[in-house]
Amino acid sequence: MKKIFCLICTAVILISAPVHAKTVNLGVAADPIALDIHVQLSGEMLAYSHLSFDPLVRWTKDMKFEPRLAEKWERLDELTMRFYLRKNVKFHSGNIFTAKDVVWTVERLKKSQDFKGLFEIFETAVAVDEYTVDIKTKKPYGLFLNMMTYLFPMDSDFYTGTDENGKPKDAIDKVAATFANTHESGTGPFYVTYREQGVKTVFKRFADYWDKDCPGNIDELIMNPIKKDATRVASLLSGDVDFIYPVAPQDYAMVQNRKGVKLVTMGGSRIITFQLNQNRRPEFKNTDVRRAIVYAVNNEGIVEKIMKGEAVAAGQQGPKGFGGYVDELKPRYDLKKAKELMKKAGYENGFECTMIAPNNRYVNDEKIAEAVAAMLSKINIKVNLKTMPKAQYWNSFDAQEADIQMIGWHPDTEDSANYSEYLVMTPSKETGYGQYNSGNYSNKKVDELVLACQTETDPDVRNAMLKEIETILYNEAAFVPLHWQNLSWAGKDNLDIEPIVNIMNFPYFGELVVK
Amino acid sequence: MFAFITRRIIQAVVVMLIISFIGFTIKHHVGDPVRELVGVSVKASEREALREKLGLNDPFFVQYKNFLKNAVRGDFGISYFFKKPAAQVILEKAPATLELVFASSILIIILSIPLGTYCAIKPKSILSRLIMGMSIVGVSIPVFLTAIMLIFLFSVNLHILPSYGRGETVAVFGGLWDTGFLTIDGLKHLILPVIALSSIMLPLFIRLIRAEMMEVMQTEYIKFAFAKGLSKKRIWFVHAFKNTLLPVITVGGVQLGIMIAYTILTETVFQWQGMGFMFLEAVERSDTSLLVAYLMFVGVLFVGVNTVVDIIYGLINPKVRISGTK
Repeated sequence: MKKIFCLICTAVILISAPVHAKTVNLGVAADPIALDIHVQLSGEMLAYSHLSFDPLVRWTKDMKFEPRLAEKWERLDELTMRFYLRKNVKFHSGNIFTAKDVVWTVERLKKSQDFKGLFEIFETAVAVDEYTVDIKTKKPYGLFLNMMTYLFPMDSDFYTGTDENGKPKDAIDKVAATFANTHESGTGPFYVTYREQGVKTVFKRFADYWDKDCPGNIDELIMNPIKKDATRVASLLSGDVDFIYPVAPQDYAMVQNRKGVKLVTMGGSRIITFQLNQNRRPEFKNTDVRRAIVYAVNNEGIVEKIMKGEAVAAGQQGPKGFGGYVDELKPRYDLKKAKELMKKAGYENGFECTMIAPNNRYVNDEKIAEAVAAMLSKINIKVNLKTMPKAQYWNSFDAQEADIQMIGWHPDTEDSANYSEYLVMTPSKETGYGQYNSGNYSNKKVDELVLACQTETDPDVRNAMLKEIETILYNEAAFVPLHWQNLSWAGKDNLDIEPIVNIMNFPYFGELVVK
Repeated sequence: MFAFITRRIIQAVVVMLIISFIGFTIKHHVGDPVRELVGVSVKASEREALREKLGLNDPFFVQYKNFLKNAVRGDFGISYFFKKPAAQVILEKAPATLELVFASSILIIILSIPLGTYCAIKPKSILSRLIMGMSIVGVSIPVFLTAIMLIFLFSVNLHILPSYGRGETVAVFGGLWDTGFLTIDGLKHLILPVIALSSIMLPLFIRLIRAEMMEVMQTEYIKFAFAKGLSKKRIWFVHAFKNTLLPVITVGGVQLGIMIAYTILTETVFQWQGMGFMFLEAVERSDTSLLVAYLMFVGVLFVGVNTVVDIIYGLINPKVRISGTK
């Protein structure tokens, strides 16, 4: 009887299996710089990590944690978290995934130039048995699970030893064709069968993928980097590719009006801001002047006119849904108030200052900078604007070449505190905090609160602190908030895009369903 | 001839030295390669360590000396982005560009000669005026606009031609050359970029041929030929045409080099993975060793093309002998 049942099951599975291979052609702005997921911390790299690897836990669409290679976890003490790993998971090489791979990966992350900053806080990872691992932090840490979304276990056996050139296989090198840069073995839904950097990467579905409930039904995913926005959209509209991202705001209408393709957008978490350098300009030390500038900048107008409505005007750092989000901190454009504040500060006649912005980094960055410069002229601040390509911009930014500088920030931790750590904490070479705080804004209370957030493990207490930070920054006008850029994807109608996209912009292609 | 070639080689070496020096000087201003290699949240100290490792902290002349020393051995450094020797990257990307330029050149030659000649022989006909008018339009529209219009017309709206890339390629010459000429898909992908790339040069050549030919038609020997009663066709296509070609070849040689440079725009719009696209990417990514290597490569190419043009010139026009030959 049992045998017959099995036979029927097999038959059902065979019948329901797709008859022909489904291939999806993907058009992206850039492909990952290498196959080694630890070689760079970037959006492309993380998106690729989700294709060929799986994290211990991952974010769901509504910003909750979802078990992946860790089936469940529990806190042992305030420093240690115990993860129970999934069994019967295979790497692409055929090796079985166990606790030692997690330990090995944590150690490698601590060596990676890009990831060591995020993983410094982790003391050790210890394999308790084959499928249990204890990960310990140096001090209590509120973002433990956030970091586990970056822990994509790598196949330790596969990456151990030396390659044909006698170089260690696990070496992390940004500029050499190392073994890890050219080979991969993860547990993810796809393995790489062909790669020509900057031209094409072909992913095939991994037959032994552990997640049998995964609804995804594509057998082959071909990633084609198409750099120009217009060409990328054209390639979708002409049918040469099936799915593209990102879509430039000026092309939204064209995609929406076209039959057979659809556009999906979502509010993002990358905040675009201007920083007012208090070391260069004594005027900016005056809170009233800073507030006047914030009041003078019509960021809702910028969203409507320049971003074509495809962004969310901001009054604070983190968007809605983040722990520190405070409903009351709205964008505040009020030219009259701005003029009054300038008068109160004694700068009724204004002053002249310089501004720099990139011209190919953020969506419409140059136009936004021009608009802000024009808006500031209304309160008699004459702005000399200089824009430049991103290749040159960041050195100028670090050198603090101008009084007002543009920066956009997306928190790697998907958490409010990360904005503050990099953008508004008192800059310090020793601790590394305030690395991108070119405004040189400094507030002891903010510094203390951000540091306290790191070790606070109670989410409610922590969120209250994050909210306090946002409120202080708002009242003191620490920076000029503009907007959060929207994320956008577009694909053919037979692709079920919505379930696989998320605010991190790592589409889970393993789960993509093609009708 | 030998003296001529020797002199050319010496000239080439000097040109290469100048180009390498200029390339090396500007590479320090195009941006910081380290920035492109690391994520934004990486600490300044980590970036500094990487810069040290890549030898970017050495004094300018130490770096330049090391570069020259390696360049003589054919080593132009490692492309940071491709993680391969820069020379190898360029050679891999060269077929795409050369095929594009070759196909465009063929198109330009087979169209510009008959059209230009026709406009010269029958300057007042309606067709001639039409061709001249169109050529003005062609010259005036920037390449990237032509390219985008072509994509939207033929790919997006009519769905008859692909919008980007090279399509299916076949490796020939033992894998050294990826060609798109041998597959239907590859040829289809070639059509739009070729039209876009030709859109500037074709009108230019039609006008050039027309102007030169009209000038030749005014000369005494042509008038004499007519007076002698030679057939019109013979006068046009043998006597006049031959003399028309001289300046066309000179200009053509220079333009061939410029066309390779023009591919930057065409290749970017069509995501055509050739040298022009690679160069633009290298600038944006501050992939400096690739940048300098490419400048050197283009230098060699220009010197080479001009030398060949000079030799051909001498062969066609016995009056203009290459200096150095007796």
